[in-house]
Amino acid sequence: MDKMPKWADVALIPFLNLLIAFVLSGLVILAIGENPIKALQMMISGALGSSYGWGYTLYYATNFIFTGLAVSIAFKAAMFNIGGEGQAMIGGLGVALVCLYIPFPHWSVALLVAMAGGAIFGAAWAIIPAYLQARRGSHVVITTIMFNFIAASVLNYMLVNVLRVKGSMDPASGRFPETTHLPTLHDILAPLGISFSRAAPVNVSLFIALIACVVVYLLLWRSRLGYEIRAFGLSPDASVYAGISPFKIIMIAMILSGGLSGMMSINNTMGEAERLVLNSVEGAGFIGIAVALMGRNHPFGVLLAALLFGFLYQGGSELSLWTKIPRELVIVIQALVILFTGALDNMVRGPVERIFINYAKRRAG
Amino acid sequence: MTDAPKVGQQETVAPAIELRGISKAFGPVQANKDISISVQPGTIHGIIGENGAGKSTLMSILYGFYKADEGQIFIHGNETQIPDSQAAIAAGIGMVFQHFKLVENFSVLENVILGVEDGPMLRPSLSKARKSLKSLAEEYELHVDPDALIEDLGVGVLQRVEILKALYREADILILDEPTGVLTPAEADHLFRILNGLRDQGKTIILITHKLREIMEITDTVSVMRRGEMTATVKTKDTNPEHLAELMVGRKVLLRVDKVPAKPGEKILEIEDLRMVDDHGVERLKGISLNVQAGEILGIAGVSGNGQSQLLEVLGGYAKATGDIRINGQHLDLSGSRSDARSRRARGIAHVPEDRQEHGLIMEFPAWQNMVFGYHHAPEYQKNKLLMDNAKMLEVAQDKMDRFDVRPPNPHLAAKSFSGGNQQKIVVAREIERHPDLLLVGQPTRGVDIGAIEFIHRQIIDLRDQGKAVLLVSVELEEILSLSDRIAVMFDGHIMGERLPDQTDERELGLMMAGVTGKGDVA
Repeated sequence: MDKMPKWADVALIPFLNLLIAFVLSGLVILAIGENPIKALQMMISGALGSSYGWGYTLYYATNFIFTGLAVSIAFKAAMFNIGGEGQAMIGGLGVALVCLYIPFPHWSVALLVAMAGGAIFGAAWAIIPAYLQARRGSHVVITTIMFNFIAASVLNYMLVNVLRVKGSMDPASGRFPETTHLPTLHDILAPLGISFSRAAPVNVSLFIALIACVVVYLLLWRSRLGYEIRAFGLSPDASVYAGISPFKIIMIAMILSGGLSGMMSINNTMGEAERLVLNSVEGAGFIGIAVALMGRNHPFGVLLAALLFGFLYQGGSELSLWTKIPRELVIVIQALVILFTGALDNMVRGPVERIFINYAKRRAG
Repeated sequence: MTDAPKVGQQETVAPAIELRGISKAFGPVQANKDISISVQPGTIHGIIGENGAGKSTLMSILYGFYKADEGQIFIHGNETQIPDSQAAIAAGIGMVFQHFKLVENFSVLENVILGVEDGPMLRPSLSKARKSLKSLAEEYELHVDPDALIEDLGVGVLQRVEILKALYREADILILDEPTGVLTPAEADHLFRILNGLRDQGKTIILITHKLREIMEITDTVSVMRRGEMTATVKTKDTNPEHLAELMVGRKVLLRVDKVPAKPGEKILEIEDLRMVDDHGVERLKGISLNVQAGEILGIAGVSGNGQSQLLEVLGGYAKATGDIRINGQHLDLSGSRSDARSRRARGIAHVPEDRQEHGLIMEFPAWQNMVFGYHHAPEYQKNKLLMDNAKMLEVAQDKMDRFDVRPPNPHLAAKSFSGGNQQKIVVAREIERHPDLLLVGQPTRGVDIGAIEFIHRQIIDLRDQGKAVLLVSVELEEILSLSDRIAVMFDGHIMGERLPDQTDERELGLMMAGVTGKGDVA
C-alpha cells in the first residue's frame, strides 16, 4: 500500500522543499539588510525576463542535464559518482584535442566527433575508479573525489605545458578553428524568424542534452542493460543470484556516467568558450549531484531540476551584479535548495505522508 | 459447570494478562482488530496464526513497542499502561525474540545485567547476577556457563541466555516468539522441558508459533489469529491439528502431502567430492558426494548453517568450489568464467533460493519485472536488439499470477507489497515454468502461510511427476519427511548419511543432524 499518491511524491514534496529553501533564503537576505522580494524579482527578471537571461539559464541547464544524468545513471547502479567534475574536465580535454587537431569540413561533423572525444575521455577517467571498486572494493566515492584533484592537475599541466599558445601568459588552448564553432540558439532560431539574444551562449548542445534525457530513459527503463543496472543497484545479492555480473554492471554504469559528464564539454568548451580554459567546468559536476538528487534520478526530473539550477545560477549572478548581495550568498541559496530537496527530504515527507494517511483513513472509516 | 474443580478455582484468580478490545492500524492496514484474550497464570498459552495474522503486532503492543489505537491491558487484574519496554519489564513481562538481542563479544553474565546494572561499578552487579544465575539454573534446568562469550555459544544456549535475562529481570510472564525456528529437535525438546519447569513454578508463558506440533505438545490453551482478528481460543486437549489449521486458514487444509511413489529415472545431477571455502577462509563443504535422479525429490536435512546454503550457492552458480558436478552427464564449470548463475540456468538448473527477499526478488521491482528476473535474456522477452518487450513481460506475468493464484493478481504491485506466501509463489512460478531439468529449492515454505504451503508443495511434486529432478533443502524436518523420496542429512559440511523417508523418523534424523553417526554409516 502506497502511503500517498504519486503526484504528491514527485511534485508536491519537491515544491514544499523548494518553498522552505526560498523562505529561509529570504530570511538570510533580510538579515543582511536587503529586500528579499526585490531580490527574487531581480533573479526572475535576470534569468527569465529576456532572451539574454533565458539564453544563460538554458546554457547552464545544458551543463547540469549532462552531469545530472551522469550522476543518476551511476546512482541507479548504487554507485555514488562524485567525480563528474573531473570527468567533465578531462572530457573537455578530449573535446579540445579533437577540435584543435582534426580538420573538419562542417560543425555538424565536428560536433559528432567532439561528442565521442569528450565521452571517451570522460569515460576513461571514470574507468579507473570503477575498476578499483569492482575488483578491489576501493570505495568509488573516495576514488572519484581524488580523481577530481588529479584531473585538475592534469588539465593544468596540459594547458601550461602542451596546449598553451606560444608567448601567451594565459593557461588556455588556442581558439578552435571556425568550422568547429557550434550554432547558438540565435543562429538556429533566426531563419525561423524568431529573434533571440546574440550574446547568450546557449547552443545546439541543448538539443543533444534533451536527446540524452530520452536515450537515458530508454536505456534505464526499456533496455535489458537498464534492467540489470536497476536490479543491481537495488540488490547486488539478488543480481548475482540472477546471473548478473557485478563487475560488468559497475564498469558499464561508471563508463556511461563518465561519458555523459565528459560530453558536457561540447557545451561549455566547444559551444561557449571555443577554446579550453582552466576551470571551464565551474562546479557543474558537483551541481549534477544536487540535480540528480532533486530529480529523483529520473531523466525527466533531472531536466526540470537542471532548469531550476540554471535559473538559480543565472539569477544569482544577476543578483550579485546589481545588488550588494555578495556572490557567496547566491551559493548559500543554492546550498539551501540542495539541503532541503536532498538531505532533509524526510523532514517534509513524514508530515505530508501522515496527512495523506489520515485523509485516507477518514474517507475509509 | 462441567470443568474440573481445579479449573473452577483458577477462574477466580485474576488472569495474568487480559487484553480487552485491542485495535491497531498501520495506515489503512488494520493489523489488530478488537482483540480480547485472557491468559491464566501458571499456564502455557499458545498463539498461532499465519504470517501477517497480527501475532507479532499484538505482542509488540504488549511489550511496549507499539501503542494500541484502542483497548486496555490488564496485568494481574490491574489496568496497566505500557508505553515502552521498560514499563513492560516493570510489569513483569519478559520477551524472547526470534532474533536474539545479545552482545556478541560480551560474556553471558555481562549480557544478563546489561541495562539493569545496580550502580556505576560493575562488580557488585556481576557478583549478584552470578549468584542469581546459579539459583535459576538449579531451579529451571537452565544451565549456562556465566563466563562464556556469546559468540562461542550455540543457538540453543543463546536462547537459554535470553530466557535467563528475562528471569533475572523478575519476569513472571514470558513471551517467546517462534522459539524453535533455529533449534534441532533435541534442542527444542530441551526448551520445552525448561518451559514446563517454568510453568510448574507458576510462571505464565505465551508461545507464538506457526508450528501446530508445538502447540499440541506443550500448550494448555491456544488462541488462533487470522487477518488481525482472534478467531478462537480453545483448550489444547479439546482440539486437534487439522481443526487448528482450519481455524488459521479459514478452510480445510491438507496437512499430509498426497503423492504417488517416485519413478526415478537416470541420474540428472551427480556431485563428487565437492569442496568449498567461503570468504573468511572457512571450509564449508568438505567433500560432498550425492546424486539426484530424474523424477525424484532428494531432501537435504540439517540444522541451518551446516553447509546446505553453500551447496545451493555452488549449484546455483554464485559461489566457487572445487570437485566435480555433472548435469545430464556434462561437467559444470565450478570456478571459471562459466560458473555464474546465468550459465547454470542455460544448463537447465532453476533455483528457488532460500532467502527470497535477499536473493529471489528485487523487492522494489513490480511483480512483472520480478517474473523475468534471471531469465531476462530469454528471446521471447526482447522486442528488438535494443529494447525489451514490456508488453509481453506484463502479459506473461499476468498469466502466471493467475495460474499460481498470486494474490492480489496485480502485476504492477511491487514485490514488497505481497505477503511472504505470495512472494514465494511469484518465485516458484518463475522458476518452475522454465521447465528445468533440475530444480533447486531452499526453504520453500519459510515464512509462508499454510494455505500457500499446500500449493507450493503440490507444484514441487507435480514437477517431480513430470520426470524432473528436485533437490530440496529445508530445516523443517516435517517438510523433508513428507516431500522427499530420499533424504540426505548434512552436518558440518559433510553428508552424514542417506535414509528413505518411510524407514526413518525424526529422532534418527535429529541425531544425524546433531553429528551422531547413524548405524552403518561412514563418517
